[in-house]
Amino acid sequence: MGGYGTQIVNLFAATLLLIAFAMLAQRRIVALIHLFALQGLALVGSTVTVAWVTGQHHLYYSAAITFALKVVILPYILHRLIRRLNVKWDIETLLNIPTMMLVGIVLVVFAFNLAIPISEFSTSMARGTLGIALACVLLSFLMMITRSKAVPQVIGFLAMENGLFFAATSATYGMPMVVELGIALDVLVGMVILGVFLFQIREQFDSLDIRHLESLRDD
Amino acid sequence: MIGSLLTIDAVLIVVAAWIVVGLAGIAAVRYPGFVAHGLFPLSAALSAALCGIALAALPGTPETAILAIGLPGLPFHLRLDALSSFFLFLVGIASAGISIFSAGYFRRGEGTPAGVMCMQYHVFLAAMAMVIVSDDAYAFMVCWESMALSSYFLVTTNHRIPEIQRAGYLYLLIAHIGAIAILLCFGVLQANTGDYTFANMRAQHLAPFWASCAFLLALFGFGAKAGVLPLHVWLPEAHPAAPSPVSALMSGVMLKTAIYGMLRVTFDLVSTPIWWWGVVALSLGLATAFFGVVFAAAQVDMKRLLAYSSIENIGLIVMAFGLAIVFRAYGMRSLAALAMTALLFHCINHALFKSLLFLGTGSVLHATNERSLGKLGGLMRFMPWVAWTALAGVIAAAGLPPSNGFASEWLLLQGFLFTGALPNPYLKMLVPLFAGGLVLVAALAAYVMVKFFGVIFLGRPREERLEQAQDAGRLERLGLAWLTAGCILLGLFPAAVIEAIDPIAFSLLGQGLAQGGRVGDWLMLAPVSAERASYSAPLVFALIVAIVLTTFLAVRRFYHGRVRRAAAWDCGTPFQTARMQDTAEGFGQPIRQIFEPFFRMRRELPSPADERPRYRVTIEDPMWAAIFVRIAAIIEWISGVVGTLQRGRISIYLLYSFVTLVALLLLTQA
Amino acid sequence: MNLEGILAQATAMVVALVVAPLLTGWVNVCRAWLQGRSAPPLLQPFRALHKLFWKESVIAHGATPLFRLAPYVIFGCMLLASMIVPTLSTNLPLAPAADAIALVGLFALARVFISLAAMDIGTAFGSMGARREMLVGFLAEPAFLMVLFTASLLSDSTSLATIVTTLGHREFTILPSLALAGVAFVMVSLAENARVPVDNPATHLELTMIHEALVLEYSGRHLALLEWAAALKLFVYSCAGLALFFPWGVAQANHRTALALALPALIAKLAIGGFLLALIETVMAKMRIFRVPEFLATAFLLGVLALLVHQLLGA
Repeated sequence: MGGYGTQIVNLFAATLLLIAFAMLAQRRIVALIHLFALQGLALVGSTVTVAWVTGQHHLYYSAAITFALKVVILPYILHRLIRRLNVKWDIETLLNIPTMMLVGIVLVVFAFNLAIPISEFSTSMARGTLGIALACVLLSFLMMITRSKAVPQVIGFLAMENGLFFAATSATYGMPMVVELGIALDVLVGMVILGVFLFQIREQFDSLDIRHLESLRDD
Repeated sequence: MIGSLLTIDAVLIVVAAWIVVGLAGIAAVRYPGFVAHGLFPLSAALSAALCGIALAALPGTPETAILAIGLPGLPFHLRLDALSSFFLFLVGIASAGISIFSAGYFRRGEGTPAGVMCMQYHVFLAAMAMVIVSDDAYAFMVCWESMALSSYFLVTTNHRIPEIQRAGYLYLLIAHIGAIAILLCFGVLQANTGDYTFANMRAQHLAPFWASCAFLLALFGFGAKAGVLPLHVWLPEAHPAAPSPVSALMSGVMLKTAIYGMLRVTFDLVSTPIWWWGVVALSLGLATAFFGVVFAAAQVDMKRLLAYSSIENIGLIVMAFGLAIVFRAYGMRSLAALAMTALLFHCINHALFKSLLFLGTGSVLHATNERSLGKLGGLMRFMPWVAWTALAGVIAAAGLPPSNGFASEWLLLQGFLFTGALPNPYLKMLVPLFAGGLVLVAALAAYVMVKFFGVIFLGRPREERLEQAQDAGRLERLGLAWLTAGCILLGLFPAAVIEAIDPIAFSLLGQGLAQGGRVGDWLMLAPVSAERASYSAPLVFALIVAIVLTTFLAVRRFYHGRVRRAAAWDCGTPFQTARMQDTAEGFGQPIRQIFEPFFRMRRELPSPADERPRYRVTIEDPMWAAIFVRIAAIIEWISGVVGTLQRGRISIYLLYSFVTLVALLLLTQA
Repeated sequence: MNLEGILAQATAMVVALVVAPLLTGWVNVCRAWLQGRSAPPLLQPFRALHKLFWKESVIAHGATPLFRLAPYVIFGCMLLASMIVPTLSTNLPLAPAADAIALVGLFALARVFISLAAMDIGTAFGSMGARREMLVGFLAEPAFLMVLFTASLLSDSTSLATIVTTLGHREFTILPSLALAGVAFVMVSLAENARVPVDNPATHLELTMIHEALVLEYSGRHLALLEWAAALKLFVYSCAGLALFFPWGVAQANHRTALALALPALIAKLAIGGFLLALIETVMAKMRIFRVPEFLATAFLLGVLALLVHQLLGA
């Protein structure tokens, strides 16, 4: 199990997994945004721990960017978006919640089993958590697939990026700074474009239910 | 001559005596009283004798015999080893109780005369016993078919009702599909040597491909008889259609012969299982158990509910089977012995408590003429014997301590918790999930049993004529008491039972659970060590009884024991009728709602404009519609296509013969 | 089984019988404080029990002997459970009688008996209560078992004494699987002890009743026994939670000094736990009955997740 550092990172990893599951089951969009902010916070905590134990200073900068972006800016943008779009609830999902949880568990088992041989190659102190990171990515993907309103899908996309970031931190002590800045910029620009897109959808169909997008013909 | 009597000869004497009793039933067909009060108790005594013989044979060495019945040059080979003796004991103990009950149950024949039924019953018993001691494929298949045929006639006792005819036909059809698979399995096992004895099959070493074929065919074939998904569709039809003692015999004993078959083929004839067979068995078992219990919660007919509950228990047994295979495949023999012991213990527990419950429903049916749960209720006041023995059965079926159902489930869960030692990481993570499914099924089984007992025996009677219900007769009470005593004793002394079962695991796996030491003493069951896990059923029972008595006396001593009878409080509602209780649909509604995707539900909802509003919900088996109806449609299409060969004109048939003759001539010329 | 062991067992039993109503009283006091009301006295549950024991027992006309037997059996199950769970010491002589799985089985036995007794009178309330109680039980029992499985995989045993000894003797490590299991355990104990957000223990509306509907027809000494059994159940669940997740302070041997030190530790931990329970009850609103299966399914899945995380991380 190894020292306190690994244990703390494991704890943050378990929190991340818990939040990913909670996002799967959550019905209210405001709560989803809060969960996303919490996930960002857990991510920051784990990065800071790894940075402190291993002495890699560039991880501190990563953590700062993550905090600024994922805990402050993005949730703020999302809050403003839903206030202007006037969406608060998302009651229907394409599958019912217990079934989604079951599929989620299967994905977790799959991700864990996938990760065991891969994590043996890594030398990082947090390599046991690669499976959890992979599981978070898959769960966020599942959330994107099974939601019927557009805003939770966007949040799912952002959560997926969280999972990838955690995978990078746990397996290889973070990505090169340039790559990280590039990804962060991509996400920010993506959010802006998606925001504009959401407004267009709402204008066209008077609702953000994605099932309206399914009618491809003009009748 | 008596001195050289082997145990297996004693078994054969009992079987022959059963057949004689059956023939006597035919001879005395005009005297149903003699058949009921004379022949059936004699049969029960023979069953009890079989129990004793099997117990004596359990720790001993295997014995063989050759019976010159059958075709010349193809005699029956028979063998009595530890596994066979255990299942013979199961047959004996369950059929003793059921036969005594039947002595009081079969009054005037409803359809078939009692004498004819006596013969079918005893042929059934004899065939089951012979299946268990068969040592070659020929004897096995002959006895298997006799078992299927005699039980078909028993199921269609009230053959004048068309539903019962249909149920019997479906039963026979699936039994034969299974029999074909079993025959093919034996064909694979004899590996082209032409010798169909089991001794020869044991000596063969099959390639993994053929061994897997044999296993899958055995799982399919024996699973059809046991009621494993998706070949379970005959069970919920046949068990309610048959008279209650026959349902008890089928559910309690016949399903276990199929389990015997699976064990025999996988652990004895093939001898080294492969690990993925265990995963197949585990998944199939969990699906069966889950399906059975969810459907049981939605039933409104008491015998269909018990039939689905049997499917659930068979699912649990198949899960234990899969776990034993997984452990054995990785060489962890002591853990495989743990799983196998749990399997065998659960077999005998299920035989006892399910027979008890079916016999209880038989008494209820005779007293009230009503099978639907919506018309029963409050019978505990009028039928106390049946109710209290059924309570013992319900506690065992729900898996509550200190009953025997709990002891076997406890043992099985202990087996699941050892899976951390498995080398395969996928399995290490997957098997605890099966444990989660198992406990979910067990909890839902308790729900189903509360529904069963509460709706039938508790509350107010939902129909007025229920107040004339009469309790079970003397012989029926004796049968119920025998089975209840079995349940209680097996529950209170599980360590003794497990030590008795130990030789079987030893003979099949090469290592027993006790490993030379003891599994525990009469007080405590500690299968591995006391620090690891321990459970003491007598202590739990004694402590609860002690606390109950002490509290009772203490309250009376320090306070008082006054009781006043009044009308029910019901929060002050002035008007209460029996219709205000939950119906059977109502009690199962939460389960129906949670598991809605599994059912094919059709609902008739009342609208405000109805003069006589009605609510009706029917549940159908989705497997029936998805698999069997489709297969039937395909077969009809194929037979339609083949039917075009038959034109009805003689010249066409002569043309067929002519073409075949010319083709043969050409062939022989080349 | 020596004299020390018998004394320890007897002490555990007496402590359970006395502290359980005290715990219920303390939770009520905390809840009143948090809601800004003036609190009932701490010893009020004892007075209520005494009053109920003195009252006459009124039984409906159609009640069977099962109805009269059930409160005793349920009280017996709960008292036996409190004698098995390591509250003061892990060396109780009766502890090997039942391990973690048998403990869950004892709770199931009590649940089945109370449901059957509720159906016995044949009123609408009774069968509704029985149906809801079995529904909560059917999901809560597997969740509880998953939590216990995680603990038993960590300590390689299902015997509660061994689990407490193993987990208590480790140096302080943060085990994420235990953290997840802890969340699941809190959810399960809220459901099983009929607390908000699953059931309101002080309600009189049939739409919100589960536990109250079961005991509706009981009065006098039978009701007293059932209320005492409910208090014992809360006590046993709290002690089980403390034993699994905060095992420090439980005596390992049966010396008089060790036991004497274990008692204040237990009282202190229970006081904090009781306060947290009252806090949860005040802050959360009661869920619709249709949402309860989702709540419990989440607890079950958290338990399964804890198991998987243990297999992955080895922690």
